[in-house]
Amino acid sequence: MSDTDARENLLEPPGDAGPEVAPVPDVVAAAVIERFPGSQFHSSHGQAVVYAARDELGAIAAFLRDEQQFTMCLDITAVDHLLDGVRHCPEGVEPERFEVVANLVSHARNRRLRVICQVPDADPRVPTVTDTYPGTNHAEREVYDMYGITFEGHPDLTRILMPDDWDGHPLRKDDPPARVPVTFKGDPSPR
Amino acid sequence: MGLESLGHNFFTGQLEDLVKWARRNSVFPATFGLACCAIEMMATGAAHYDLARFGMEVFRASPRQADLMIVAGRVSQKMAPVLRQVYDQMVEPKWVISMGVCASSGGMFNNYAIVQGVDQIVPVDVYVPGCPPQPETLVHGIITLHEQIRTGELTRRRAGGEPLVVQPELQSAHQS
Repeated sequence: MSDTDARENLLEPPGDAGPEVAPVPDVVAAAVIERFPGSQFHSSHGQAVVYAARDELGAIAAFLRDEQQFTMCLDITAVDHLLDGVRHCPEGVEPERFEVVANLVSHARNRRLRVICQVPDADPRVPTVTDTYPGTNHAEREVYDMYGITFEGHPDLTRILMPDDWDGHPLRKDDPPARVPVTFKGDPSPR
Repeated sequence: MGLESLGHNFFTGQLEDLVKWARRNSVFPATFGLACCAIEMMATGAAHYDLARFGMEVFRASPRQADLMIVAGRVSQKMAPVLRQVYDQMVEPKWVISMGVCASSGGMFNNYAIVQGVDQIVPVDVYVPGCPPQPETLVHGIITLHEQIRTGELTRRRAGGEPLVVQPELQSAHQS
């Protein structure tokens, strides 16, 4: 029951382009964009990525699982772009400090999809996907622990890697990386 | 020791010497292998390097029955209170060997997750460097600890006390 176009080359131009908007080369991404207008498709090294609004992450996950046969969520993770010199974002996407990334797999259709939401620093909240994919419970706790992004609707959003009373979120770029200031001979600049 | 009249089946000695001899010749380690250094600790206890010749082959799982805590491996921030609790449960006299660079100073992990040296949590008697230390290095550390026991005070107060400075004299070690 796999899609015949599962191995299509996403970088090829589509056959008959519409007058204003070129159709999205990936079938599932096209379905997501049709259901949730405002999302953007992007092809990252041949992989299908959908940039979505962060409030719709839970709804998109439910749509993908129930109607598109994406039965597995591999991982929920985040990226901190604080120290990026140049921020690369497809057009139509408002770049924020954090990105929450969800990797999804459809075994029946032999497809993968990545969903990326931009999360601002001032208000780091994202809806949870644990009601759709219960296995992401720990992954969301890890994102909360390491980045401080809260997942609304998560049943138990507590720290998972650091001790419960830890102060700070270690994988943020402004969290101090080294505990002991170390310099080596000939080191040009201190961290 | 007075061995002159052994024919009468008595020998005499100072109480402190006898107590220290007993203490250093049957140090029971507590099982505290945390990471890779635990493998080298197991190798030290195994046949080739053999901790049994020091009377140390029994690794006691209960801290109440252990004399020595060999912290073998990196201590994470979450493990630190557990380490302290196991140390507190050990009965005096007790010693701590910090095995490997991760336990001694945080090792290669200068980050948020690893305690930078287990001496931030428990007082350490001997630091054994290495990543991991060869079993011979650990045995050298254990012999150094035996020297500390042999030449140190019988009742030792750690808090506020002066650090013990020991020059191990290996040529005169292990009198009997």
